[in-house]
Amino acid sequence: MENRKVNPLKKYFPVFVGPTLIAFIIAFFIPFIMGVYLSFAQFKTVSDAVFVGLKNYITVFSNSDGFLNSLWFTVKFVVISVISVNIFAFLLALLLTQDICGRNFFRTVFFIPNLIGGIVLGYIWQLIFNGILMNYGYTLTSNENFGFWGLVILINWQMIGYMMVIYIAGLQNIPNSILEAAKVDGAGKTRTLFNIIIPNVMPSITICLFLTITNSFKLFDQNLALTAGAPANKSAMLALDIYKTFYSKSGWEGVGQAKAVIFSVLVGVIALLQLYLTRRKEQEY
Amino acid sequence: MPKKSITIKFILPALLSFLAAVFIFPVIIILMNSFKTKFSIANTPFVPPNSATFAGVENYINGLADTNFLSAFFWSLFITVFSVLLIVICSAMAAWFLTRVKTKFTSFLYILFVFSMIIPFQMVMFTMSKTANTLGLDNPIGIIFLYLGFGSGLSVFLFSGFVKSVPLSLEEAATIDGCRPLQTFFLVVFPLLKPTAVTVAILNAMWIWNDYLLPYLVIGSDYKTIPVAIQYLKGGYGSVDMGAMMAVLILAIIPVVVFYLLGQKHIIKGVAAGAVKG
Repeated sequence: MENRKVNPLKKYFPVFVGPTLIAFIIAFFIPFIMGVYLSFAQFKTVSDAVFVGLKNYITVFSNSDGFLNSLWFTVKFVVISVISVNIFAFLLALLLTQDICGRNFFRTVFFIPNLIGGIVLGYIWQLIFNGILMNYGYTLTSNENFGFWGLVILINWQMIGYMMVIYIAGLQNIPNSILEAAKVDGAGKTRTLFNIIIPNVMPSITICLFLTITNSFKLFDQNLALTAGAPANKSAMLALDIYKTFYSKSGWEGVGQAKAVIFSVLVGVIALLQLYLTRRKEQEY
Repeated sequence: MPKKSITIKFILPALLSFLAAVFIFPVIIILMNSFKTKFSIANTPFVPPNSATFAGVENYINGLADTNFLSAFFWSLFITVFSVLLIVICSAMAAWFLTRVKTKFTSFLYILFVFSMIIPFQMVMFTMSKTANTLGLDNPIGIIFLYLGFGSGLSVFLFSGFVKSVPLSLEEAATIDGCRPLQTFFLVVFPLLKPTAVTVAILNAMWIWNDYLLPYLVIGSDYKTIPVAIQYLKGGYGSVDMGAMMAVLILAIIPVVVFYLLGQKHIIKGVAAGAVKG
């Protein structure tokens, strides 16, 4: 009977978990459940919600709305920036784990943009892009492609340093003996990279992919500050499109909530799929 | 010691210096423009200030006044510091309990916390700000409580990963010596969690300090944090005072850089550690 005894800690649940749980329920859980319900309703203030079935979801996918456009814009953005951020960050990490003088200084510099907030970053780059495009008679908002590539450059500038730090930690964890052994066995640089280094930093690759995918999908502040969706909402990513549906189109709150549900499912499925696939890869080696 | 090759000695440092210059360039441009008259900024953004375009500190005076920057700085600091303190203490306690008391319910709660990390803010944006209004949480104290709710996912997750490595025998010894659970936690367990607490504090501080949408929606009209004040300066459709804008961007960057230079070692470690646990 001894190990059936109730854990004496158990009755302290309200003390230890209580505060966090109450905050979590109020800030996240109740709004989440309400949000799922409201995506099937028409409302302006929550309390006036009327159930309308799938009507909001049908509106989302009808062509009259910009959702499909911003979905496509976001997917293109995520694919390009996830690949570029990770490649550049990994290359920088490889360089900065060599015996180079001043490498701590370089690490410091590359990391700084990450600490600057999205709104500030957006306005910094707005001035720079407009200054360059001015010479050709354009502005950042004359064409959605400018906004697109602007965001890609911005996100690279912001996230490369962060991912670099994670890759450096991964690279430093590779035991020197393995690298020495590869050298003794006559492995060239390319073979060492693909057969020794990359398999050994798989955990870092998993987490960097996860962070870049979720952060790129959810990008909002930078998008708002850089172009605010202009021209004509064509450079609005999903998060900004949802925000605008809620707050600049009266009567569209239900549609906005339906978009938010689709967005959550999309991010959730892709993030979990990526974790599953790369974790499996980790175990293969 | 093998001799360094030419590549390592000269070419790579040169390449890295070039890249570092490219990385700093945008901030230098903003710094430069913050000392120029407002009309010369938009027309010649890449030209350094000269005798005709130098504006002295006028932009800074306008920027400070237009955004009520000191007030915004105070609210950003107030909300960030107290939210981070609350998150670190409360989520460490929750994580310890959820790891030590294993029932179906606690496992379910843990999964719920982790699940909340992936969900985009837009999913709960509207309903959360309505709930905050209804419950009277739309003030600087209330928002701290909301940040505890949003920050708890990642923080409980990070702390749990570390609690598992704390030896149970220490806690049992403390209990035998007559410690009550709260004493055991704060005197024995929490000091051991310190490295993770630093990581959790840094990741949350970076997020809350720069967060725009949550403070904008919940307290934006009465209490502006720095990102909210900047966005208000940009305004709706009117023309922007570019000079004030440049000055405010620089003022917003300074605290971050100071914070980074003071805690650089911890920040880099924190970021790397936060990722390894993930």
